[in-house]
Amino acid sequence: MKVSFTINGKLKSVEVSDGNSPLLWAIRDGLDLKGTKFGCGKAACGACTIHVDGKAVRSCSFPTKYAEGKEITTIEGLSVDGRLHPVQQAWKEEVVPQCGYCQPGFMMATAAMLKEIPNPTDDDIDNNIINVCRCATYYRMRKAIHKAAALNSQNS
Amino acid sequence: MSNTQNKDVKKKGVKRRKFLKYSGVGIGLMLGGVWIARNPLRRKVFELAETMIAPYMGDTSDPLLWMQITPENEIILHSSKVEMGQGTFTSLAQLAAEELEVEMDRIKVVHAETGSGNMDGMSTGGSMSVAGLWTPLREMAATLREMLKSKAAEKLEVASNTLTLADGVFSANGKTMTFGAVVEGVTEWNIPDVPPLKERASFKYIGKPIQRVDLHDKLIGAPIFGMDAEYPDMLHASVVRSRLIDASMTNFDISEAEKMPSVVKIVQENGFIGVVAKTHVEADNARRKITFDYIPNRKWNLEDVEKEVSVGKGKKTIFQKEGSAVEDINGEGDIFQMEFRSPIGAHAQLEPNGAVASYKDGRVEIKVSTQVPKLTRDEVAKALGLSKDDVNVIPTFLGGGFGRRLHTPNAIQAAIMSRAVGKPVKSFFDRKQEFQNDTFRPPTHHVMKAKIHDGKILGLEHQFASGDTLFNSALDPGVATVVRADIGSIRGGALIYDALPHRSTYYHVNLPFATSFWRSLGLLANAFAIESFIDELAIKTGQDPVALRLNSILNENPYNVRAKKVLEACAKKAGYKDGVDNGRAMGIALTIDGGSPCAHVAEVSVEGKEIKVHKVTVAFDCGFAVNPDQVRAQVEGCVCMGISAALFEKMDLKDNKLYPINYGSYKMALMRNSPREIDVVLIEGNDKPGPVGEPPLGPIGAAIGNAVRRLTGKRLTQLPMSLV
Repeated sequence: MKVSFTINGKLKSVEVSDGNSPLLWAIRDGLDLKGTKFGCGKAACGACTIHVDGKAVRSCSFPTKYAEGKEITTIEGLSVDGRLHPVQQAWKEEVVPQCGYCQPGFMMATAAMLKEIPNPTDDDIDNNIINVCRCATYYRMRKAIHKAAALNSQNS
Repeated sequence: MSNTQNKDVKKKGVKRRKFLKYSGVGIGLMLGGVWIARNPLRRKVFELAETMIAPYMGDTSDPLLWMQITPENEIILHSSKVEMGQGTFTSLAQLAAEELEVEMDRIKVVHAETGSGNMDGMSTGGSMSVAGLWTPLREMAATLREMLKSKAAEKLEVASNTLTLADGVFSANGKTMTFGAVVEGVTEWNIPDVPPLKERASFKYIGKPIQRVDLHDKLIGAPIFGMDAEYPDMLHASVVRSRLIDASMTNFDISEAEKMPSVVKIVQENGFIGVVAKTHVEADNARRKITFDYIPNRKWNLEDVEKEVSVGKGKKTIFQKEGSAVEDINGEGDIFQMEFRSPIGAHAQLEPNGAVASYKDGRVEIKVSTQVPKLTRDEVAKALGLSKDDVNVIPTFLGGGFGRRLHTPNAIQAAIMSRAVGKPVKSFFDRKQEFQNDTFRPPTHHVMKAKIHDGKILGLEHQFASGDTLFNSALDPGVATVVRADIGSIRGGALIYDALPHRSTYYHVNLPFATSFWRSLGLLANAFAIESFIDELAIKTGQDPVALRLNSILNENPYNVRAKKVLEACAKKAGYKDGVDNGRAMGIALTIDGGSPCAHVAEVSVEGKEIKVHKVTVAFDCGFAVNPDQVRAQVEGCVCMGISAALFEKMDLKDNKLYPINYGSYKMALMRNSPREIDVVLIEGNDKPGPVGEPPLGPIGAAIGNAVRRLTGKRLTQLPMSLV
């Protein structure tokens, strides 16, 4: 079946043999956007986090057919016109990534959280950012999340 | 080696190779400053490890094998060490930029393909990359600089000593020439002797917190990992893997899978079955349709494994013998004994194992996340009956290594399937396969003993049993056989308290599933047992745990002297107090790993049954920090990964099935479990860089346990620690 949606501002279609197959693979292999990562396939690690209509979604467990007509953003679409998104900027300033594999998922989860909670407390961060980072960069991530919130409020 | 350019110039053609070579015993003999083993041969091996910390095992004879200069005046550094998050690419770029006299952004670091000939003889592991290349890479960069200089002088028709160099541009008498222009058209190079290296006082990049060279790619989701690799017209594959340990698989029925519409071929070769299909999802779905039976050799549950892993069972090696066994110490006193255990640990690296292979006309190219490009090339060549030159392994960035990729035989399967279908094939594990086919951190059992009389400790003993780490791994060069102890499993297992009579004994255990390298190897479990026991001895004998440690370490061994400084610095920075204050307590612990001493103070509270780590203060002496910011990043990562292992992680085993099989059920520390404060003090006890990426995992378990002991009166003796 053919599924059409807007991704990173562009209207795209993907062809999948089974509409229930995970959106993750349509994005990675169908549209060749490799920034969204496979980690677990069971929505347990968050490496595949994207935005669907502005909400954080774990795309490994999101059936492709439900993407029809939706507005999707991946890590490739987080920065606009080559300018880093405040979350990416904060990640850069705190030099968060180590191996880097899980980081797109964390940045997408953080960007979505900051829309709901512009100035998160440490407890908010603990409760909302529940992805897995095996390099365990959590200490710098927390600092980067606070910094991103500050950058956002400067910009607005 | 001084600059003797005029005296001893060697002429070389384009095929330039080998003019000086570093060699060494290799393989991570991370024994640090511990003088061990009485047997002369074994002692010799340990001493070699001692004096030859982190030799680099690849070719350092030819700068042009490592560094390529483009017409755009960019230097491409072909690294035979892989980047798995530890920041090696950045540190190596710093070393090269320093001697080449170029700005950092002129250097682009890429993984060296095995086909280029630049291969590390062993692996990227053991926290040895920067320490091992510290001198060779700077020498190669300095030599290249001199080669460029003499060629520039020739081309500009000026005397070489009139040339000045700034950011990759030579100038003299108003004339300038970039590195890129210098190399243009040159087919023959004079390789001089190694010039003197820059003095530390004039370092511009080394020792500075330079931003990671791979940072931007990792912010924008660039396709840099093995799983992102592709070839045109590529197919996807999924391989059948066992869900059970110690069982064979039989009676395969592939008929249902074959009927699946997108299946291209079901490959049955070399002892595996793989489904090749048009898409990843379809390959996985078809693979699940293959049915088969298991024939277990015997039944295994976790308690059976624990029974095997017992001090007293298995082959025994005394690897530290400074005094008699505790039971044989003469005179009055009581023997005090405690037992500790650590579980089966999973790597759980986020990027699954897999490879992308393209076989064509008797040659195969493989893109793969691996810590062992050369070994992978050799294994693929052997399995496919190809010459090594017909296999090119192109390493990608690793979505985590942690030792999981010190053997990547999955590359063989991808190559075989590509040959079978005549097209490139991408094949990856799913997460369940990762958890059930990991090469796990081996479970351990420790018996700690001391003889005490009148508040005085008369002798100390550590006995432990562990599954394999180096033994039976593809990386064992035979050293393990000489030493007779698995030098991976005994890492961190030697006692550093040399003012006391002490002994350490290792029992080798055979397990029915694969165990291997897990970041820091034996250190995590050994340090947990030893440093918890030392703390308990302090309590039992009424001594301050810092003073007891300081008094029990002699000043004869330089590593021990550095360790004492580290311990004191850590206690001071943390404001260490032995007791409970406002519901919180501190625990302190000390380790020496690979010659890099590290101490932690963990500030902990217990809320209900939950152990909460609020702050960890770390003092760490890795010698000269080439990139202090990335040393800190490694320390922070080790602390949080260590908390994860110390408080959450364990595999279970029931009816031959290892589980959990996914994140979530395999409990790990997440954001909420990570300390909100990590205070890192770097101490430079040596002017050369030492190991960084693993030593800070050592003290964390005991530091937390020691704090919990003060809060609850309970000594936790089992990893992961739990009050439930």
